[in-house]
Amino acid sequence: MNALAALGEALVLIGTFFYFLSALGLIRMPDVYNRMQTSTKSATLGSLGVLVGTGLWAVGDGLSWAWFVKATVIAVFLLLTNPISAHALIRAAYKSGIPLWQGSVVDKYREHIEAKASPGAAESESTEEGGEE
Amino acid sequence: MIGIGVYLALIAIATLLSMYRFMVGPTTPDRLVAVDIMTTITTGLMVLFALYYRRMIFLDVALVYAILAFGGVIAFARYMEGGL
Repeated sequence: MNALAALGEALVLIGTFFYFLSALGLIRMPDVYNRMQTSTKSATLGSLGVLVGTGLWAVGDGLSWAWFVKATVIAVFLLLTNPISAHALIRAAYKSGIPLWQGSVVDKYREHIEAKASPGAAESESTEEGGEE
Repeated sequence: MIGIGVYLALIAIATLLSMYRFMVGPTTPDRLVAVDIMTTITTGLMVLFALYYRRMIFLDVALVYAILAFGGVIAFARYMEGGL
């Protein structure tokens, strides 16, 4: 039982460390797209660690298994909905005209929109540019 | 083993950093990203408090908070696209 609590506590430590890393990426990155990329990914991973770790820790402390089940339900919900909200936010940011950082080299979404607007011209342009490395 | 204070300190530092981004963020999506990260962190904090106070009802609070935060972020995204 005590090993379970130790495993859960280690998972909670890893999760909170990833929370810290996500907030650090929110500070350090140059524009909103890079900030969203780093922050949302590591915050989702940190939530998984904290929630599953707290469930295991509670079971190791002598509480019932319902704690683990409820915490895992919240973790699965966050794992499903966090990328959706991030995607919606960043799509709204692109459509409301926020410019990319000047160091960005690939803009696949603009190519996609141009290809949908005028199929012939944009296709030849994209093959000429050769977006893939 | 280590103690809950270390985890609460890490969560507090993360929340303060995202509050900084919320205050100085040059555009509206920056602030919304900061709010999104803060709600995710607060969900984990509520689950930690549920274990600290030994009350299972806080887990239900965390689940409802996660659902409401998701709906709020989706609503803000729709508003910024001009569809709301």
